[in-house]
Amino acid sequence: MKNGLKNKIYPLIFFAVVLGMWEIISAAGIFAAYILPSPIAILVSLFTDFKNMGGHILITLYETFAGFFIAVFLSVIIALIMDSAITVKKTLYPVLIISQTIPIIVLAPLFIIWFGYGYIPKIIIVILICFFPVTVSFLQGLSTADRELVDLMRSMGAGRYSVYRFVKIPSAMPAFFSGLKIAATYSIMGATIGEWVGGKSGLGVYMIRAKHSFATDKVFAAILVITVLSIIFLKIIELAEKKYMPWLRIAGDVYIEEKQEI
Amino acid sequence: MTVKDNILIEVKNIKKSFTNLHTIEDISLVLEKNQFVSILGPSGCGKSTLFDVIAGLEKPDRGFVFIDGRQFNGRTGRVSYMHQKDLLFPWATILNNVCIPLILKGYRRKDAAVKAMEHFPAFGLEGFEKSYPCQLSGGMRQRAALLRTYLFADDIMLLDEPFGSLDAITRKKMQMWLLKIWEQINASILFITHDIEEAIFLSDKIYVLSERPAIVKKTFKIDIKRPRDGKIFTSAEFNKIKKQIFELLY
Repeated sequence: MKNGLKNKIYPLIFFAVVLGMWEIISAAGIFAAYILPSPIAILVSLFTDFKNMGGHILITLYETFAGFFIAVFLSVIIALIMDSAITVKKTLYPVLIISQTIPIIVLAPLFIIWFGYGYIPKIIIVILICFFPVTVSFLQGLSTADRELVDLMRSMGAGRYSVYRFVKIPSAMPAFFSGLKIAATYSIMGATIGEWVGGKSGLGVYMIRAKHSFATDKVFAAILVITVLSIIFLKIIELAEKKYMPWLRIAGDVYIEEKQEI
Repeated sequence: MTVKDNILIEVKNIKKSFTNLHTIEDISLVLEKNQFVSILGPSGCGKSTLFDVIAGLEKPDRGFVFIDGRQFNGRTGRVSYMHQKDLLFPWATILNNVCIPLILKGYRRKDAAVKAMEHFPAFGLEGFEKSYPCQLSGGMRQRAALLRTYLFADDIMLLDEPFGSLDAITRKKMQMWLLKIWEQINASILFITHDIEEAIFLSDKIYVLSERPAIVKKTFKIDIKRPRDGKIFTSAEFNKIKKQIFELLY
């Protein structure tokens, strides 16, 4: 606990110094408020306009979670299929990689043309962003499961299902959670990009409107909200990780001495 | 009971080679009921390959494995097999680890736990049911692995250098413990080791293997009477056999 606080104190100080300098520069009036609003002005506009923003936040969160959970569901199934059938893996893996080289930002307008201005194109963008890291890391985790543990299961007569249940899936969990953390960090951004390109509501739309009326403080307030939400999402995943993988937390923590009298 | 009924495992003229490695030339051996039989040989002579063949994980190029008089070439799931590494699942508690063979056999989780718990005191694991493998010492992890092995098949157990990774003192303790527990459980054990003393102390019979490609160099019957204890390590009988095996190996 002591160490955790010590590690956090340096970035906190750095952050405070940067914010302080920003506030001073803004107060000195070097830049106009619509170019660089002060941190305090941003906070004020966040609170005064929160009523208006709240609805947009809920829409963005809805798109994010829908996309995230659909992506995780698809990732798990496709990674399991790819791991158990080598031909499928060989066929799909290059497709996966190539799909990642296409910038999402150029796909977003296409989805608007195809699916309109509703939630669907945003959810698809979130799925596209989350699918890759989760699938690739889960697949990696599955394929690097300890060969000897798999052999041990086989020597006990375990079938394919049991090998996955007892060895492959548990040993892929750390990698799976790494993928989830990457996906969680980018998912809200993904939904916002979708809204930015075209939509009726959501934080992306809110930012576009604020930008058009030169309310730069509101743009910054929206950025702040996106950052905080992304971090909260990431922390939730980390909590789940700790809960479902207690052995990683315990490792090297306590060591029970050999009981000699047996 | 005839002699034939007493034979649990019979390995006949096994030969096994991998692409560039001729590991086993010709090995035959017999494990009888309630016997403790050791396979002693230099490191890398194909002892573990022999166990893979008996356990059915590898198919022999030639020869047969008979278990209970039936051919078992390339069939897994009859004998339990324990490796030098404990191979406990780091993500499961000790109780869940040892329950896995029972669950594979179709036990419900609850029944498996009840059955497994009965053996925790004898295996020196009482009170550590909810611990994770990383919290246990090397000796305890090996005992947990042995309990899992025992719960899979309690009549025939293949133990591949189970104490190979332990320090000398823990190792001696584990040998005495294994002997004590073996006298209680009525299992027949096939045991791989490269430790001559360990082999003599534990076994009824020792097969000494040659360097790769392995053949059986000689078979020793150990008639030191049971129950045995630490004193026999220094007895004349023990040292006589030790000398013979030593001369054969070096």
